[in-house]
Amino acid sequence: MEASQFKSDQYVRFCPGCGDHAICLALQKAMAQIGIPTHETVVISGIGCSSRMPHYLNTFGFNTIHGRGGAVATGVKTSHPELTVWQMSGDGDCMAIGGNHFIHEIRRNVDLNVCVFNNRIYGLTKGQYSPTSPKGFVSKSSPYGTVERPFIPGELVLGARGTFFARTLDVDMPTTVDCMVKAQQHKGASIIECLVNCVIFNNGTHAWIADRETRAEHSIVLRHGEKMIFGNNNDKGIAIDGFNLIVVPADDPRVLTHDAHCQDDTIHHKLILMGPENGLPVALGVIRDVEEETYDAAVNKQIADVRAAAKAKTFNQLTATLEQWSVS
Amino acid sequence: MKNVVIRFCGDSGDGMQLTGNMFSSLSAILGNEISTLPDFPAEIRAPQGTLGGVSGFQVNLGHGVYTPGDKADVIVAMNAAALKVCVLNKLFHEHAIIIVDTDTFTKSDLEKALYKTDNPFTELHIAETVQIVPVALTSLTKEALKDSGLDNKSILKSRNMFALGVVCWLFDRPIDKAIHFLEEKFAKKPQLIPSNVKVLTDGFNYGQNLALAINQIRLEKEDNQMPAGRYTSIAGNKATAWGLIAAAHKCGKKLFLGSYPITPATDIMHELAARKDMGVMVVQAEDEIAGVCTAIGAAFAGDLACTSTSGPGLSLKSEGIGLAVMAELPLVVIDVQRGGPSTGLPTKTEQTDLLQALFGRNGECPLVVMAASTSANCFQFAYEACKIALENMTPVVLLTDTYLANGTGLWRIPTLEELPAIVPQSVPQELKGHYNPALRDEHYVRYWATPGMEGFEHRNIGLERDSEKGTISTNPDNHENMVRARQAKVEQVVRFIPDVQIQGNADSDIALVGWGSTEGHLHAAANELNCALVHFNYINPLPANTAQVLKRFKRVIVCELNSGQFADYLRAKVPGVYIEQYNEVTGQPFAVERIVEHVKSI
Repeated sequence: MEASQFKSDQYVRFCPGCGDHAICLALQKAMAQIGIPTHETVVISGIGCSSRMPHYLNTFGFNTIHGRGGAVATGVKTSHPELTVWQMSGDGDCMAIGGNHFIHEIRRNVDLNVCVFNNRIYGLTKGQYSPTSPKGFVSKSSPYGTVERPFIPGELVLGARGTFFARTLDVDMPTTVDCMVKAQQHKGASIIECLVNCVIFNNGTHAWIADRETRAEHSIVLRHGEKMIFGNNNDKGIAIDGFNLIVVPADDPRVLTHDAHCQDDTIHHKLILMGPENGLPVALGVIRDVEEETYDAAVNKQIADVRAAAKAKTFNQLTATLEQWSVS
Repeated sequence: MKNVVIRFCGDSGDGMQLTGNMFSSLSAILGNEISTLPDFPAEIRAPQGTLGGVSGFQVNLGHGVYTPGDKADVIVAMNAAALKVCVLNKLFHEHAIIIVDTDTFTKSDLEKALYKTDNPFTELHIAETVQIVPVALTSLTKEALKDSGLDNKSILKSRNMFALGVVCWLFDRPIDKAIHFLEEKFAKKPQLIPSNVKVLTDGFNYGQNLALAINQIRLEKEDNQMPAGRYTSIAGNKATAWGLIAAAHKCGKKLFLGSYPITPATDIMHELAARKDMGVMVVQAEDEIAGVCTAIGAAFAGDLACTSTSGPGLSLKSEGIGLAVMAELPLVVIDVQRGGPSTGLPTKTEQTDLLQALFGRNGECPLVVMAASTSANCFQFAYEACKIALENMTPVVLLTDTYLANGTGLWRIPTLEELPAIVPQSVPQELKGHYNPALRDEHYVRYWATPGMEGFEHRNIGLERDSEKGTISTNPDNHENMVRARQAKVEQVVRFIPDVQIQGNADSDIALVGWGSTEGHLHAAANELNCALVHFNYINPLPANTAQVLKRFKRVIVCELNSGQFADYLRAKVPGVYIEQYNEVTGQPFAVERIVEHVKSI
C-alpha cells in the first residue's frame, strides 16, 4: 500500500515547523508498510495538538475528549479485536488528565499502538508546563519555574508492567517508521514516546539530541540483537559497570548487545534513564518488546469458552433456568 | 387476610437477606403477589449484636400488593438489637406477631443493644400490645444438628433456617416445596443441603407440634387476575441486566458493559459478568469515567453499549455522556439512584438524580431520560432504553434506585419473540464511498457506520461538526443548526412513547403525580384517597398527552423522594398547570399512610 492512501482530504493544521507534521507523515508511511486496509484501522485520540491526528488519516477515527482516548480505545479493541487500533496522545493527555487510563491500558496489555507525542509543554492551551517539563521550567503557568518533578514516560510504562516501549524523535523519520511498524507487530500495549518539538512554545526542547551536528554523539538507536554502538564514527559503546551503564570504546568486549525481548526489565529501565544527566546518550528505538497475553484476546477467549460449554445460549433458554410457575 | 407484611431482622451476618429472599420466592411460587424491601447497613459486618449491625428484609405478600408495606404484621427478630431497631423505627403494627430468639436475650446481649433494664419488652413498651412468640432458636438449632458433625459456628449459622421453618408453618407454606426450593438454592454446595433441610424441617415441625400459641395465617385465595404466562420473582438489578441481554439478542448486537463497582448498581455488573454464556462482554474499568468511555468505544465500533452506575458515578461520567451526545452514538446509561449528595446514603433510596440526568452536562446536551417503576419492569425499560438508543442514535439514561434494584417483584417472563423489534439505525449500503458522520434521516437520526465497513471510513468527533460535511466546524450558524438538530432528534423520540395513563379515579378533582419507583406507593395511596394517579416512566421527552392529562385535574400533587425536581420540570414543560408538591428525602421509600394523611390534611 501507499502512504497517500492513508492521507485524508483534510488540511493539516499543525503549526509550520511543528514536529507533529513529521510524525503524521511517518504514521502514514508505517501504515502503508504494515498494509492493513484503511477500513480495518481505527485511530483514537483525546484532546491536544497530537489528538488532531485522526483527522489527517483516511481510516476510521474518533477524536474524543481530553485524556480519555485510552479508555475509548480499550473499548474499541476489546469489543472488536479484529481491528487495528492506534491511539494518539500527548504528554498532558495521557500523563496528566488521562494518567489513570494510560497506566491501566498498559497494565491490562490491551493490543493498542499508542503514540505519545512528548513536547514537554501544553501547546493547544498556549504554553503551560506539562508532567514531563523539567523541574524549574518557566512557562505561563510557572513564571518562577516549576517546583515539580517530571515523569519519565518510559519509567511510567515499565512501572505499569509495560510489554513494549520505544522512543523516537520527530527529525528521525526512519527510526520513527521502524518503531511504529514494530509496535504494530507487537501484540499488546505498544507505547511509542515520540519526542517532538513545539516550535511556538517550547522550541528546541529536544535540541540536545535533535541537532544534526550532535545527534550521533548524544543519542543511540537501539536494535534488538545488535551491539549498542553510537558516536560520529560509531566509536563508542554502552557497557555495564557494577550497577551503572557507562560509555566505553566500541571495541571494548564489554559492549552490551541489546535484548528487547528480555522479560526482566532492569536493563530496559537503565536504558530508558540514559541521558546527559548521567553522561550517557539518549536511547532511541525499541527498548522493550516482550510477549504476554493481551487483554482483548483473553476477554474474548473467556467468553467463547464459557459460551461453548454453556447449556443455555439463547435468551429463551436462559429464562427457562429460572425457578418459575405458570398462570393460565 | 388479603395480604401480610413480614420482616426478618437480625445481625448482618445472620443471613436475613437470604432467608427473606427464600421466603418471598417460595410465596411467589405458590401464587402470591410479592413486593420486597431489603434494608441493610452500609457496614459489611458491624460488631455483632449492636444496633448498627441490624439488617432487615421486608416482604408484602398476598394480592393487591403494590408496595413492601409501610409496617410489618409479623416480625422475626434474631436478637435483642434487631427487636429494638424495629421498635425505635416504628416498623410494625400495634398488634403485630413478634417471633424472637429467646437465647439471644442474655444480660450481655441486652447490654450490647443498649437496653437499660433486663426486661426488654416492658422497656420498649410493647409487652401489652404485640403478641410475643418466644422461640429458643439457638438451642433448638443446636439440638437439631447435634449429630451432624458440624462445628459450633456452622451450626449457629443455620439458625435462620429454623426461623424460616417456623415462618413456613405460620404461613401454611407446604414444607416439601420449601425443601425443594432449598435444594435448588444450594445445588452448587450440596454438602450444605442435609443440615439445612434438617433445621428447616425441625423449625416447621416445632411450629406444628407445639402449636405455637398463635393461629396460622391463611391468605385469602382470590381469582388470579394476572395475565397468563410464566412467572418468577426478580430483583430490579437482575431485571435490568436481563433487559439489556434481551435487547442485544433481539437485534443481534453484542452487549458491552463498561462499569465500575458502586453501591447499589454493582449487581448489574455482577449479573452481566456471569452471563458470558449469553455472549455478554463486561469490562470492569479503572474508574467511572473509563466505564462510560470504554462503552463509547464499543458503541463507536458497533455494539450495544451500556454503562451502569449510581449518582456519584453519573457525575463522573458527565463529560463522557456529553461526548456520546455530540458524537451521536447509541449508549445506555443506567443510574441506580441512592441517597446523596456526595457519598450521601449509599445503601438507601432517593429520586434525587433526576435533574442531573436531564441537565448535568456542559453545553446544550439533550438526551432521553426514562425511569423504571417496579423491580420487574426494570426489564421492560432497560429493553426500551436499548431500543430507543439504537434506533435514534442517542444516549439514554435509565433511572432506577436502591428500592427497585434490591427489591423483588413478580415478573411475567417474556419470550424473545414477543418483545418488540429493534432496528438499529445502520447506514444504507448506497452511501458507500460518500458517507460522512453528519448524514441523518428525516427524523434527524444520523446513520451509524462502524469500523470494518469498507468505504465508510470517517472521523467522529466531540468537537462541533459541519452539518453537511461532518468535519470540524466553528461556523456560528452551523453550530446553532446542529444544536437544534440534536434537540429535534431527542424530541421526535416522543413518537415511540406511549401516552401517560390515568390510574384510579379519573373523575376525581385530585391527581397524584409521580415518576419512577414510587408508583406502587402512589397507586395504593390513590386507591385509599379515591383519587387519580398519573405516573410517568418517560421523562424526556414527556408523553405527548402530558399537558392534556394534567389539565383535567383541579389539583395536581407531584409526590417525589426529593425536594421537587420533577415538579419543577413539569412547571417548565407544562405551563398553565398549578402544581403542588409532596416531598420526602429520608432515604426510605414513601409510606402510603403519610401520603394519604398529607393529601387529606390540605
